[in-house]
Amino acid sequence: MIIGALLGEGWAAMLANRMRTLLTMLGMVFGVGAVIMMMAIGQGAQLMVNESIASMGSNLFIVLSGSTSAGGTRQGSGTVPTLTMADSQAISELPQIAAVAPNIFNSAQLIYASNNWSTQVAGSTPPILEVRDWQVVAGEGFKDSDIRAATRVLLMGQTVVKNLFGDENPVGKIVRVKNSPFLVMGVLAQKGQSLDGRDQDDTVLVPITTAQRQLFGNQFPGMVRMILVKAKSADVMAKAEQEMVDLLHARHRIHADKENDFSVRNLTALAQAAASTTEAMSTMLGAIASVSLLVGGIGIMNIMLVSVTERTREIGILMAIGAKNSDILLQFLFEAVMISLAGSFIGAVLGIACAYFYSQLNDTLVVVTLSSVVLAFGVAASVGVFFGFYPARKAANLKPIEALRFQ
Amino acid sequence: MTRPLISVSGLYKQYLANVPVLKDINFNIESSEFVAIMGHSGSGKSTLMNILGCLDTATAGHYYLQDRDTASLTSDELANLRNQLIGFVFQGFNLLPRSSLLENIALPLLYAGKSKPERREKAIQMLNRVGLAEFGERRPNQLSGGQQQRVAIARALVTDPKLILADEPTGNLDTQTSEDIMKIFHDMNAEQKITIILVTHEPDIAAHAKRMIVVRDGQIESDKST
Repeated sequence: MIIGALLGEGWAAMLANRMRTLLTMLGMVFGVGAVIMMMAIGQGAQLMVNESIASMGSNLFIVLSGSTSAGGTRQGSGTVPTLTMADSQAISELPQIAAVAPNIFNSAQLIYASNNWSTQVAGSTPPILEVRDWQVVAGEGFKDSDIRAATRVLLMGQTVVKNLFGDENPVGKIVRVKNSPFLVMGVLAQKGQSLDGRDQDDTVLVPITTAQRQLFGNQFPGMVRMILVKAKSADVMAKAEQEMVDLLHARHRIHADKENDFSVRNLTALAQAAASTTEAMSTMLGAIASVSLLVGGIGIMNIMLVSVTERTREIGILMAIGAKNSDILLQFLFEAVMISLAGSFIGAVLGIACAYFYSQLNDTLVVVTLSSVVLAFGVAASVGVFFGFYPARKAANLKPIEALRFQ
Repeated sequence: MTRPLISVSGLYKQYLANVPVLKDINFNIESSEFVAIMGHSGSGKSTLMNILGCLDTATAGHYYLQDRDTASLTSDELANLRNQLIGFVFQGFNLLPRSSLLENIALPLLYAGKSKPERREKAIQMLNRVGLAEFGERRPNQLSGGQQQRVAIARALVTDPKLILADEPTGNLDTQTSEDIMKIFHDMNAEQKITIILVTHEPDIAAHAKRMIVVRDGQIESDKST
């Protein structure tokens, strides 16, 4: 009951000196606003990184063929043709594997009408779209029958479409790849940049058999350069990797003491490293912004100290009519907390508005989470208590007669 | 046998300077007395009143209030005494300028832990008693000095104290208003048997009291009934 009344007294004191209250609040307004805005921008950046990770395809492995060794000089991976279509087929039958797409690629020149463009031509099978989480936005994808018949069809990435066709609809048109005519069956959805900055849309997909037999040729029939593998879920990544290694061990008849003639790379692990970098950056932004919360708190302490001095006589009167030290302490503490809470509220609104404005201005993603707002509020309230305590105690410890005599 | 309400013995008060402000003060005040403490400015009469009001503490000697040694009380217990037992009326009124008259009068009840409706009802009642019922929502600076002092008296009486300490209550008022205020003191002493200690340097104000203690240079010069 007395708490409620003291809250009321604190509130009245706040209203009584609006200008001073407002100026004190400003510190908290900017502090909380900065924290919320920084966290929103940081979390937005994190979300964008996560999206670009997802664009690579989730739960993704790449199986590469091994390296040659010529007279002691070892070559890079992929230089010895050890992976085959049959390996790819065998991997797809493993229990933890969702989809498998063998892959060979090389660059080639594409020509349409008076335009030409050099791009990466990748030969693969229909599951490539599932493995890489890639949609066909116009026309359709190729089918198993295209693989069997090695038809000259292709799916075109957005960058290639832009360079060859401009605004024209490419579906159903004929382009020349290495001077052979190919039918554009479909257009792939935009994927944007990969984590290392490559343009993932600057590519065309053709049936793998077509690539092997008609475009690039190969020394050994059925050889593939790499196999893209998608595990069933993130949880089974380790298990899936082990199964694959064991399978290829057996199929390639590699003794335990010999080195593998293939390598398996977990792309998700790489992506997670990138994600944790942005997370660290986001945390750092938040930390820098919290310094302004601290500064706002010191502002509150400053003004409250002035206020205590200014109201010393009033405190004396209150003590003369029976206010206990604890009553005075609570009253000033409530005032400090109310100022900081009201400031945080305004700051939160301002911070969210600024974050939204920033996202409109820079066309980036910002995410305001409830937790960041709650955190900023909690910190602000504690700052109010912490920095309000010293002035409040100073007021409470005044001697009644000295306070009353103060001019 | 009833103990005196106030019993002061061998009271000394000394600030940092070597000259004591009060020297060896001894007197008793019984319940429902009307006492004037007189003296020139600098005589130590205000210091004496502050000690009697538990706003200040003595350097040496004893001050028993309702048979309790005030030197042994904690600051919270002293605050309770000021709240429940004592009402103050000051020369400068000491009303809170930002609060309405009713809020000012109700304030001691807040620290006594009374509920809001109870506080308000009692405050209205007190304001009626000092004849300012229609000004309840005004601020103190919208009133004349005499009206403000009446509000201060209402505030002092709101907790039904046994003792009113008035420090030069008429010092800022003209003669006619002073007489009105003194009449209120007189009435509450006569009707409610409230003990009143009045500090003043004006003989005609002191004449309202039934006993006069004259303080000079920190010592009691005379103590006689009138």
